[in-house]
This record gives sequence, structure tokens and C-alpha cells, in this order.
Amino acid sequence: MLADILQSLPQVLVDGIALGAIYAVIALGYTMVYGILELINFAHGEIFMTGAFIGVAMLILMTGMGWLAAMPAILALILVLVVTSILTGFMGVGIERMAYRPLRNSPKLITLISAIGVSFLLQDLVRFITEYKRGNYILTGPSMFNEQFSIKFSSISSSFSDAFFKTSTLILIIAVVIMMIGLDFFVNKTKWGMAMRAVAQDRETASLMSINVNKVISLTFFIGSALGGATGVLFAVQYGTIDPYIGFILGLKAFTAAVLGGIGNIRGAMAGGLMLGILEMFAAANLQLLTGGIFGAEYKDVFAFAILIVVLIFKPEGLFGKAVTEKV
Amino acid sequence: MNKLTSKLKGNKLAQIILLVLYVLVTSLSLYLAQASVTAFLLLLFSLLLLYYTELPDRLKWLIAGVVLIGVIPFVSSTGPGYQSYMEVATVVGIYVAMALGLNIVVGLAGLLDLGFVAFFAIGAYTYGIFATGQAANFMPFGTFPLSGESFWIFILIGCFVAALFGVLLGIPVLRVKGDYLAIVTLGFGEIIRIVFNNLDKPVNITNGAMGLASVKPPEIFGYQFVYPNQFYFIVLAILFLVILAVRRFEFSKIGRSWKAVRENEIAAQSMGIHLVRTKLLAFAIGASFSGMMGVVFAAKQTFVDPTSFTLLESITILVMVILGGMGSVPGVILGAAVITILNLQVLTEVTNYLNQLSLDGVISFPEALAPAKMQRFIFGAILIIFAIYRPQGLIPSKNPVFDEESLKEGSKKHRKEQITVEPDKGFQA
Repeated sequence: MLADILQSLPQVLVDGIALGAIYAVIALGYTMVYGILELINFAHGEIFMTGAFIGVAMLILMTGMGWLAAMPAILALILVLVVTSILTGFMGVGIERMAYRPLRNSPKLITLISAIGVSFLLQDLVRFITEYKRGNYILTGPSMFNEQFSIKFSSISSSFSDAFFKTSTLILIIAVVIMMIGLDFFVNKTKWGMAMRAVAQDRETASLMSINVNKVISLTFFIGSALGGATGVLFAVQYGTIDPYIGFILGLKAFTAAVLGGIGNIRGAMAGGLMLGILEMFAAANLQLLTGGIFGAEYKDVFAFAILIVVLIFKPEGLFGKAVTEKV
Repeated sequence: MNKLTSKLKGNKLAQIILLVLYVLVTSLSLYLAQASVTAFLLLLFSLLLLYYTELPDRLKWLIAGVVLIGVIPFVSSTGPGYQSYMEVATVVGIYVAMALGLNIVVGLAGLLDLGFVAFFAIGAYTYGIFATGQAANFMPFGTFPLSGESFWIFILIGCFVAALFGVLLGIPVLRVKGDYLAIVTLGFGEIIRIVFNNLDKPVNITNGAMGLASVKPPEIFGYQFVYPNQFYFIVLAILFLVILAVRRFEFSKIGRSWKAVRENEIAAQSMGIHLVRTKLLAFAIGASFSGMMGVVFAAKQTFVDPTSFTLLESITILVMVILGGMGSVPGVILGAAVITILNLQVLTEVTNYLNQLSLDGVISFPEALAPAKMQRFIFGAILIIFAIYRPQGLIPSKNPVFDEESLKEGSKKHRKEQITVEPDKGFQA
């Protein structure tokens, strides 16, 4: 049994890191908004999904016009990424303005319900548009970056087998690393980042220090949503087929990652995302083996949710978070 | 119009006459024009009118009973649309009971539950497994399927099993609250669905994605319940009990402690409310209603499969509670009725109408925009609009207002009554 697990371990690691990178970036969106507003932005998964659709639509459009053949693929991808992230960024700001800002002083339950409403609205809007244009709401993008690489793990030790990955996986991981380093730099080193941290700590005091709180919140939503949208494009390129309902469950798992790392903590979200991705891939590959065939790979989602529940019960502040005591 | 309403206000006789007239007209139109959905909906609307009259509660219940038990089944019974009307009415009843259950959890206790349909699924599978041959796979003793007479016991069993799972869900809930709780319950709902979807191996318990087919219909003294018009009365009976229970709970000690926990947990605790017991009870009671209706649902459909218990269903029930008014019993009933009828009748009717139009070539109507597919869109819009503009819902919840003076007087009178029993005036006359 152990030998089998070791055999597949390299492949599991590669796939897990790719998936985990996606979780990590989406988790960042949750964590940033939660850090500043203490609100779970349920619609964040849908922003990711919309980003995927916008990206694929642009790629299809560019293929139709012959642009994709004319310019290097990586340039096209960067173009699509930039445009998509700007669009989804403004979308996030719009959502905050319409559905969250009027509710900032009402009970949390109401805000949460409004967030669920936004998420449902977006799912169906995207479905309408796609189905109206293409007759079917499941969309397959043009295939890009499909060259296979292999890492020769077998030359290290014969108990491993080789891991295969596509160019798109490499691009995904590089893009995610760039995004994360950029965000980390932005939050920790720039003036706006300092304003964000200040608002997250104490909104009222920050506003007394002549910080425009509304502007900072809008900016947070813009950055989080832009990152989410860009990840959507990368997801679509990596996995090929997308549908309007991917966002919810993926968003939920990303939220799990955020909780796992300690919500409100940006580095925690990154670590949590990677951890969850690898754990999930490991479960998908080995659950059947480990339980003697009782549970198959279809239980991997149960596994993710079980992690969420266990973390929330035993360490609600997350692995890297600090416990806060509630004041009366 | 204003003059008319001001005249009507306070004049109970006029209200009764108008209401009876309204019921008569609508039921007559339903009786004569059988295929008319509008007449059926207008007849149901009379119950809302009844709610807004100023009659004494007892009389209201009596009239509602007459309309529900007598008028509606009778006047719709002669035409071809009978079973479909009864089907709609039955489904409305099922959703009303579930929404009332969720109302206890969300509206009264303030615990947002996004996996509520899981309890419905548990109820449905509890009956489904034993009323088909499925149980023989893991229970070597006994003969399965159980006969339809066991249905009546299973309503109670479904209730208890769902309540048990409510408590099981409640245990982790005691550590988390607010947004986290919403996510945990959502995860719980998904886990239940995935488990039911895959529990066909190693032991075939739920038959996986194939679902359980040909569930035994309920039976009493050899009389089988097969048609929706028969289920209508079962649902009505259970619903009556549920509403009775909910109204009793709301203003009882436990109901008040739910509200206290909703408003401020810590303050409630310091006033001596047992937080664990209160929350667990809310989950258990809310879940039990849902479990009962799950049993009825399984028997009515004679088919159970995991696709009936998705997140969309949980959100549907949440929408009912929000639309009607969190914490308000009449509001939740209204919300459940409106949403169910919207889903089952209005959206499909409009879709059919539009399809007919595009078949006739009047307008070209894209399939993608069919209103029947717009559920999520509509639900999302309702949630946002109500959260922003009317978070208290269509019929806001009310707390009874007590006048201190009259209460004191009442208790004095009460004491006096205990000492000197006043002669009943009925005997003297």
C-alpha cells in the first residue's frame, strides 16, 4: 500500500500544487474582504467564475478574428488576464456598492443573505448570456499550452514514478506566485496597503486618521476581485471546460483554505490554499487505497468539508491566526 | 378606495360578507372554468384576505379550515385540472412546514442554516429505504419492503431521525457562530448529499445516484393513498399540527429564549439562558418538521434521489423565510406559498405561453431566457432586494404588546374568579 502511495506521490504533488495555487488566490479574496469588513463575500466564487467566462469568451473571440494565431500565445494570455482582471475588479467594486454598502450597519445575517443573493444572481446571469450566445452553458475554451513535460522523479529513487505536467500548469504557478508576491508587497510596503491594514484593524480610528474608509474598502474589493478573475482565466486554461456553477463549490473550498490558514491573514490564506489543494489531490488519489475500497475519490469533497468543520471546531482562529477574545 | 377601506375597518360584519362573497365568486369561477389557474390562485388568496380581517382568531381558524378542507378540494374536483391543483396545494403544504422549521432556526434563534434541505433528505430516505426492498441489503432480518401501513409510524420516525441529525449538526455549531455557522451548515448539507449519492457501496444502502424507485404508497385499513388529492389531506393534517406547535413555541419560555439568543448571546447567557440547550432545541425542532415532510415527500413521489436535495433547495427555503419575514409565522406561510406557486405554476405557465408564441411565429423567443429556468436569478434578486429595502419581509413579525394595567387587573379578576365563580350568563337567558 505504502509503495503505491509513494509511486503516485510526485504526480499528486504537482497536481495538488496547481490546484492549491488556485485555492490560495481565491482564498486571498475572501480573506482580504473578511479582514476589512468581517463579511464572508459569498459572491467571490462567482467573480472567479465570471472571470473564467470573460477570459474564455475573449480567447474564443480572438481565435475567431485570427489574433491568437498572429501573436505569441503567452502575450495573448497576458492581454486576456489584464483585461479580465480589470473587468472583474470593477465588478467587485460594483457589488460592494450595490449590495453590501447599504447594509454596513445592519445585522450580519442580512448582509450574508444579500451576499448569497448576489452569488445566485451572477450564476444565472452568466448562464443566460452563455446559453443565449452559444446554445449551451458549458463552455470549452481554445486549447493552449498543451505541451507535456515530465519531471524524472524516477531517477531520484525507483519508488517514485515520473510526474507529468502541462505548460499551462507552469504558467499557472508562475502567475500565481507573481500575484501573491505583488499583493504581499502592496499590502506591506505601500501607503494604500498601510491604509488597508489600518481599516482592517479599526475602521473608526482609521477614519479619524484621515483615511477614506469607503475608498479603501472599494480598493480591497477591486484587488480581491481582480485577482479572483485572473485566477478564473488561469483555471479555464488549465482545466479546459467551465460552467456557471463551478464558482460556488470552488469558492467554498477556497474559503475553507482561508479558514485553515486563519481568516484575515494573507500569508495564512496562501499556505492554507496550498495545503488544501495537496490534501485534496492526495485524498482523490489514495482514498480508495487507504480505506480498502470503501470510500472512493468521490468523497474528496466530503474530505474538504470535514477539514473545514474540524478546523472550525478545534482551532477557529486557523493554523496561523491569532485568537481574539470577544468583548461584551 | 381609501374611504372604502376606512369604512371597512372596524366593521366586522362587512368584512365577513365581503370575504364570503370573494370566496363564493372565486370558487364559482373555479367550478365553472376548470382549467383556469388564475381562479385557483385567487381562491387561495382568500386565505391572505382572511388573515387581514379583524375577526377573532378562533373564527379565522374556523373559516380557514372550511376553505382548506371543504371549499378548495370540492370546487376543483370536477374538472381535469383537479390533480394538478391538489399537487400544487400539497407541495405548498410541504414547503410551508419546512419554511416554518427553518423559521425557528433562522428567524427565532438567529442561526443561519444553509443546509436545511439535508433534514428533508434524511426524512425522505428514512422512509424510502424501508418502504422499498433496499433495506434488505443491510438488514438480514425482517421482510422488506414494509407495508404501506408503516407510513404513519414513519412520520414519527422521520421526525425523530431528523431531530437527531439536527442535534448532531448542532454540536459543532456550539463552537462557531455567525458567518462561520452558515458555512458549516452549508458544508453539512453538501456532505449529506454526497454521502447519499455514493452510499451504494460497499453496502448498497441508498442505491446511489440511481435513487430509490417505487416507494410503497401509504395505506390505512387497506385503503391506498396514491393521488395528490389524498396526500393533500395528510399534508393538511401534519401542517395543522406544525402550525399549532410553532405558535405554542413562539410565545413560550423556550421561544423567548431563542429570541434572546438571537439578539445577544452573551447577554442572554448572563440572564440564565442555557445556550447549548436552547440552540440544540432550535436545530432539533426545526429539523423535525422537515423530516416529517420528507417522509410525506418520499411517499408522494414514490421516488427518492439525491438531485432533489441540492443547495438550491436549501436556498429556496431560505428565500421563503426572508420573503415572508424572518420570525413571523403568517409571513413565512405566505412566503412559502408565494415561492412555491411561483416556481410550480407561474413560471411554467409563462414559459409555456412564450413557447406557444414563438411556435406561432409571433415573436422569436430564445430558449435560454425561458422563465422556468430563471429560478436562481429571481431568488438572487429577491434576496438582495429584501435584504436592502425590506429585511423584515412581507409580513413583519410582531411581539404581543401587553398593557401593564390591564394585566394587573386581569390577574386580580382571575383571582376573584377563583374565589367567587360568576354565574354563566348563558343559563340565565
